[in-house]
Amino acid sequence: MSAKADSAPVALRWQRIRMIPNPWLRFGLLAVALAYFAWSVGALDINWHRVANGIPRAANMLTRMFPPDFGRWSLLFKGVLESVQMAFAASFFGMLLAIPLGICGAVNLVPRPVYLVARTLIILSRTFHEIIIAIFFVKIFGFGPLAGVLTLVVASTSFISKMLAEDIENMPPGQLEAIRATGAGFPKLLLYCVSPQVLPRYLGVSIYRLDANIRHSTVVGIVGAGGIGQVLAATFSRYDYDFSLAILITIVSLVFAGEFFSNWVRGHLR
Amino acid sequence: MLTISNLEKVYPTGTKALSGVGFTVDTPQVVAIIGPSGAGKSTLIRCINRLVEPTRGLVKLHDTDILTLNRSELRRARRRMGMIFQEYNLVERLTVMENVLSGRLGYVSFWRAYRRKFPPEDVRAAFVMLERVGLAGYQDTRADALSGGQRQRVGIARALMQKPDLLLVDEPTASLDPKTAREIMRLLVELAHDRGTPALVNIHDVALAQTFADRIIGLRQGEIVFDDTADQVTEAVLTDIYGEEDWSTTIRREGNGADNGPETKPPDDKNGLIREAAAG
Repeated sequence: MSAKADSAPVALRWQRIRMIPNPWLRFGLLAVALAYFAWSVGALDINWHRVANGIPRAANMLTRMFPPDFGRWSLLFKGVLESVQMAFAASFFGMLLAIPLGICGAVNLVPRPVYLVARTLIILSRTFHEIIIAIFFVKIFGFGPLAGVLTLVVASTSFISKMLAEDIENMPPGQLEAIRATGAGFPKLLLYCVSPQVLPRYLGVSIYRLDANIRHSTVVGIVGAGGIGQVLAATFSRYDYDFSLAILITIVSLVFAGEFFSNWVRGHLR
Repeated sequence: MLTISNLEKVYPTGTKALSGVGFTVDTPQVVAIIGPSGAGKSTLIRCINRLVEPTRGLVKLHDTDILTLNRSELRRARRRMGMIFQEYNLVERLTVMENVLSGRLGYVSFWRAYRRKFPPEDVRAAFVMLERVGLAGYQDTRADALSGGQRQRVGIARALMQKPDLLLVDEPTASLDPKTAREIMRLLVELAHDRGTPALVNIHDVALAQTFADRIIGLRQGEIVFDDTADQVTEAVLTDIYGEEDWSTTIRREGNGADNGPETKPPDDKNGLIREAAAG
C-alpha cells in the first residue's frame, strides 16, 4: 500500500476550504441576510412629516438652552454631590457583597450546588437593566437616593462578582493544588493563593465599576431614584432648558473626571 | 514507612489510570518512577495525598491509613507529605518568603497566617532553608521575578518546611535546562538523604533517574512492570516499559564520563559543607 502511495501523481489542484462547504447553504444564508436588512429598514417606519416638524422644535430647544444657566448652582451642587455619594456607597457595598458571591461562583473552589446557586443569583441580577430595577426600588422605598443606591448596589455586586468568579476560575490550577497539598484548609487557601492572585484585578474591576456607577447614578435619577438625574428630569419637564444644559455640562465633566480617576488608579495597580 | 497496595484509579471518563499498583518504601530512599506519558505517574503520586481520589486500594504512611481519613484528618496527613511540582506552582504574586512559609500553613492558625506572623522558629527555619537551597537574600523577591531553577528551589524549600515524612515530586526537572535539572535533582536527593525523608520522584529522564535515584519503578499503562535498583535498568527493561527503541545511548553506564558514580562537587560548595556537618 505504501508503494502505491509513493507512485501516486502529485496533486495539481488545490482549493481553500470554505467555512460553509455547501454552496446552496452559503448563498442561501447570504440571501436571508439581505432580506433581513431590507425588512429592518422597512420596519423603521420613518414618518417624514414628524421629522419635518421635529427640526424646528429642536432648533427652538437649542436656542433656549444657550447660554447655560449656572445661576442655581446650589441645587446643581447638591444633585452632583448626591450622585457621587450614591456612586461611592454603591461601589463600596458592591465590592463587599461581591466577594462571597464571586467565590461561590467559581467552579474550581466550591461544590457544584453552591456554584449553581451563586451563578443563578449573578445571572438573575444581570437580567434586568438598572432602570427597571430602579423603578422597582422607587415603588418600594419611594423617591430619593435610597432607591438609587440600592439599584447601583445590585448592579455593582453582580458585575464585580461575575468578574471575580471568572478571574478565580482562570487561575492556574497548579497553585491551588500546591497550597492544598500543604494541608491548608479552605480559608487559608483563599488567603495564600486566591487573594494574592486575583486582588489586583478585583481592585481594577471595582474602580472601573465606581466610574460606571458615577455614570449610572445620573441615569437612575430620571425615574426618581435621586441624584443629579432627578434634577435634570425636573428641568426638562419645566422647560428650563438653559438649566438642563448646565446640568448636562456638569455631568460630562463629572464622567470625564471619573474616567480619568479610574484610569489613573488602575495604571498604578500593576 | 509507605505502603501502597492494590491501588486503582478510574477517572469519570472511564480512563483507567492505575490498576493494582502496589509497592513498599521502608527505608529513606529516593524512588524514581519512570514510564511513558499517560502511564499514570502523576495520578499515582496524587493518589497518595488524595489530590486525586483513588477508586480503591490502600495507602498507608507510617500507621495512617490515608484513604479512610475524613477532611480534617486528611489535612493533617497532608502536612506530613511535601509536594514538588513540574511547574513549580508558586503563588506568583507572593514573595519568596511567603511562598516558603506557606509550607507551614497546615500548622498555624488562620489569624497568624493572615497577619504573616509565623512563629519565630518557623521564620528561622525558613531562613536556614533559603540559605540551604542557595537563595539567601531572596526572601523579599516576588516569585514571578525568579528564574525557573530558582522557582524550583523555592518549591523545594516550601515542601521541606512542612518537615515531611514523605516527599512527592512530580517531574521536578521537566521544565528546566539540563544543567539546572541536574543541580535541582542533586539538591533534592541530598536534602532527602540528609533528612532521612523518602521521596517518590516522577521523572521522564531515564539517565537522570539512574544517576540520582536509589530505586526505580517502571510504570506502564497503570501497572508496575519494573521495580529494582537503578543499575538493574537494561535495554530490555526500557523496551518493556516504553516499547521498542534503540536504548543504547539512554542508559547510564559505569565509566562514561561525568554522569558517573558518586556525584562530584566543586570543593568550595557551601551546601556540601552543611551536608557534611549535618551528617556528622
